[in-house]
Amino acid sequence: MIIGRDESRCTGCKICQLICALHHFKEHNPKKAALGITGEFPVPGTYKISLCTQCEKCIPVCPTEAISKQGDAIKIDPEKCTYCLICVDECPFNAIFVHRDFEVPFICDLCGECVEMCPTKALYWEQ
Amino acid sequence: MIPGYGGSVLRIDLSDGKVTKEPTPEEMIRDYIGARGFIIYTLYKELTPGIDPLGPEAKFITSTGPLTGLFVPSSGKIQSGGKSPLTGGYGESNSGGHFPEELKMAGYDMLILEGQHDKPCYVVVDDDDVRIEDAKEIWGKGSITTEEILKKNLGEDFQIMTIGPAGENLVKIACITHDFGRQAGRTGLGTILGSKKVKAICIRGTKTIPVHDVDGLIKVGKRMYQQCFTNAAFELWQTYGTAAVTNWANRIGSFPTRNFQSGYFELFTNLSGPRMREEIVVNNKACFACAMCCGKYSHTKTKDYDVYVEGPEYETTAMIGGNCALGNIKDVAYANYLCDEYGIDTISGGSIIGFTIECFEKGIITTKDTGGLELKFGDPKCVFEMIKKIALKEGIGAVLAEGSRHAAKIFGGGSEKFAMQVKGLEQSGYETRRSPAMLLSYMTSDIGAHHRPSWAVTHDLQSGRDHARDKAWKVKELQHTRPLFDTLGVCRLPWIEMQVPVSDYCEAYRMATGIERTEEELITISEKIWNLTRMFWIREFPDFGRADDIPPARIWEDKLKGGPTDGGVLSRETVDALLDDYYKERGWSKDGRPTPEKLKELGLDWVIKDLT
Repeated sequence: MIIGRDESRCTGCKICQLICALHHFKEHNPKKAALGITGEFPVPGTYKISLCTQCEKCIPVCPTEAISKQGDAIKIDPEKCTYCLICVDECPFNAIFVHRDFEVPFICDLCGECVEMCPTKALYWEQ
Repeated sequence: MIPGYGGSVLRIDLSDGKVTKEPTPEEMIRDYIGARGFIIYTLYKELTPGIDPLGPEAKFITSTGPLTGLFVPSSGKIQSGGKSPLTGGYGESNSGGHFPEELKMAGYDMLILEGQHDKPCYVVVDDDDVRIEDAKEIWGKGSITTEEILKKNLGEDFQIMTIGPAGENLVKIACITHDFGRQAGRTGLGTILGSKKVKAICIRGTKTIPVHDVDGLIKVGKRMYQQCFTNAAFELWQTYGTAAVTNWANRIGSFPTRNFQSGYFELFTNLSGPRMREEIVVNNKACFACAMCCGKYSHTKTKDYDVYVEGPEYETTAMIGGNCALGNIKDVAYANYLCDEYGIDTISGGSIIGFTIECFEKGIITTKDTGGLELKFGDPKCVFEMIKKIALKEGIGAVLAEGSRHAAKIFGGGSEKFAMQVKGLEQSGYETRRSPAMLLSYMTSDIGAHHRPSWAVTHDLQSGRDHARDKAWKVKELQHTRPLFDTLGVCRLPWIEMQVPVSDYCEAYRMATGIERTEEELITISEKIWNLTRMFWIREFPDFGRADDIPPARIWEDKLKGGPTDGGVLSRETVDALLDDYYKERGWSKDGRPTPEKLKELGLDWVIKDLT
C-alpha cells in the first residue's frame, strides 16, 4: 500500500501537512510535515505534492545504512543517521524533509492521517 | 505566555528603520482576543485623532487571532487595518491565504508599520530576522507580477502581501494582494502601504504555534472538519465557491445591476457558477486549513487577452458583472485580473465605474470629462479602460480614485443620490430596496457599506422585505457573531455554510488558549469591539452619528427596474425606523452614539471622554 496523489484535485489547503505534524510531533507546524505542497502560480495555477512513493531509492544511497523498509514504509534510524542529507538530495520526489528542530530527516510512515483529512481526495490509498 | 498566540508584537518604524519586538500584552489578549480586537484597540490607543491617514503618523496593522494557523476549519485568515484614507474613519479588511499562519509561525500576533520610508522598499520578516529592502526593481509593477518576482528571489516558502500601481499612486481604493489573488480589498489599506512606500511584506515562519491542549484541539478540530465533510452543501461550495450565490441573488432580485438601478441582471446565467466552471475555471484554490476551497482559479482567454486570475468570486461578479452590465464571464474575469494587477478593490472599483457610466448616460458628465471615452453599460472595453485610468489617475481617473462620494461632489447634477456608498465606502454586492435588514447592515457597518459584519438577506426573505419591523435585533446579533470570527482569526464560512456551531469555536478557543470563556462572554467582547469601532468614528468626526448612517437617496427616490423586485423601494420613514430600532437595540442615543452607560457596561470607561 502506498499513498497515491492526484495533483489535479489538490487545492493547496495544507490540511494534510497540518495533521501530519500534529499526528507525529503533536505540533501545529506544517513545516514539520512529511509531505510537501508547492503552488505553481500565477501559471499554470496548480499544486505539486511531494510525498514518498516507496521507490526505495533512498535506501542504497545512505552511507550509514540508516534507511530501511519496515513493513510497508521507509524508516530512518535516528541512531545511525549522521544528518548528511544525501537521501534528501537523492530523493527523486523531494519527499524527505528536514527542519532545524530535528537532527534526523523525516519521511512518510503511511499513517494515513492525511488521507483521512484530505477534503478533495487528492490523497488516497493505492495498492 | 498565553498559548494559542504567536507571542510577540513586531513594530517597524519605516522612517528610521527601527525594529522592536515586544511580548503581546496579556491584558490585550484577555480583553480583545485577537486580530480585529487587537487592531481597533491598538489604533485607538496609538493614533492621534485627525491625523492624515497617508502621513507618517498613520499606522498599518495586520494581525492574526488565537485560532489562526491551528487545526480548525479555514484558520488561514488575517485582519488588516488602519485609519482609512477613503473614509477618514475606521478602516479594516479581512483576507485569507497563507500569510496568516506564516506570520504567526514567525512568532508574531501583530505586525505594525509606522512612519514612512524615504524610497520604495519591501519588508522581509524571516522568523526573527527583520529587514527593509530596496524595492527599486519592483516599484511600478503589478501586484501579481511583484509576488512572482519576490517568490523567485526569496524562495517559494515566503508568503507575500503586495500592492500594485494604484497603491503606489495613492488611489484611495487600493487593495493589498496575497497568494496571487487573495485581497484585503476594502477601505484603502493598500493606499496606506503606498504612502509608506512599502511595496510588499514578505514573511517566512518556521516555529510551532503553542497550544494549551493539543489532543483536545485535534479532537474538536476533527469534529468541526467532519461537520464540513458531511454537510449537504459541501460539494456545492467546493465546486462553485461564492459564485454559487449568483443565480440565487438574481432569482430574489438582489443582484446589483447597472449601478443599482435594478436587482436583476438579464444575462446572469452567463455569469453563474456552472458557466464560470465550464468556461474559465482551471483549479480549486484554498486558504490555509480550509476544506471548502471557495477560491476558483481561472484562465480567461479571448483574442484580446490571455491571463490567469483567482476568481471572480461573487462580489466581483456582482460589482463588475451586474453593476457594469458585463454579460460575459471571461470579460468579468479579465476585469478582475486588471483590478488585481493594478491593485484596486473590485467592489469599490466596480461600484465607481457603474456610477460613472450612469453619470455619463444621464448626461451629467460627457466625453469632455472622460477624455473622449464613450461610457456605456455592458461595454467591457470601457470597463477595462476605466480600471486603468483609476489606477494610474489618468484624466477622470484622478477624480474617481478618491471614491464615489468625492466624485459625486465633483460631478454634481444630483449624482450624490446614486453614488452607492455609506460613510464614503462603496456598497458591496447586494441590492437592498427589497432587503431592509441588509440595508441596515450596510448603513451601520463599522467601515462603511460592507457586508462582512452583517449579511441579512435571508433574514429579510423570512421576516418581510418591505418593512422595518423585526430587523434591528438580527443585524445587531450578526454584527457581534460574524466579526467574532474575524477576532478569533478564522473564516466565518464554515459556520454560515457548513453549520459548524459557534460552540465548537469556543471549545477550540479554550483548547488553544486555556482561557475559559463561554459563548456569551465571547459575544460580549465582540460587542465591546463593535462599540469601540463606533467610538473611533466619533473621535475622528465629533458630529458623527445618525446622518452618517443614512444611505444614498436612491433607496427611497428610485424604484427598482425589472426582475423579481421590480418597483421595489423603501421609504425614508422606513430608513429612519430601521435606525430608531437599531439604536434602541444597541443602547445608543437616538443620534446613533453609544451612551456613557453602555460604554461603562462594556468596560470602555476609558473612551467615554471622547463622546464630548
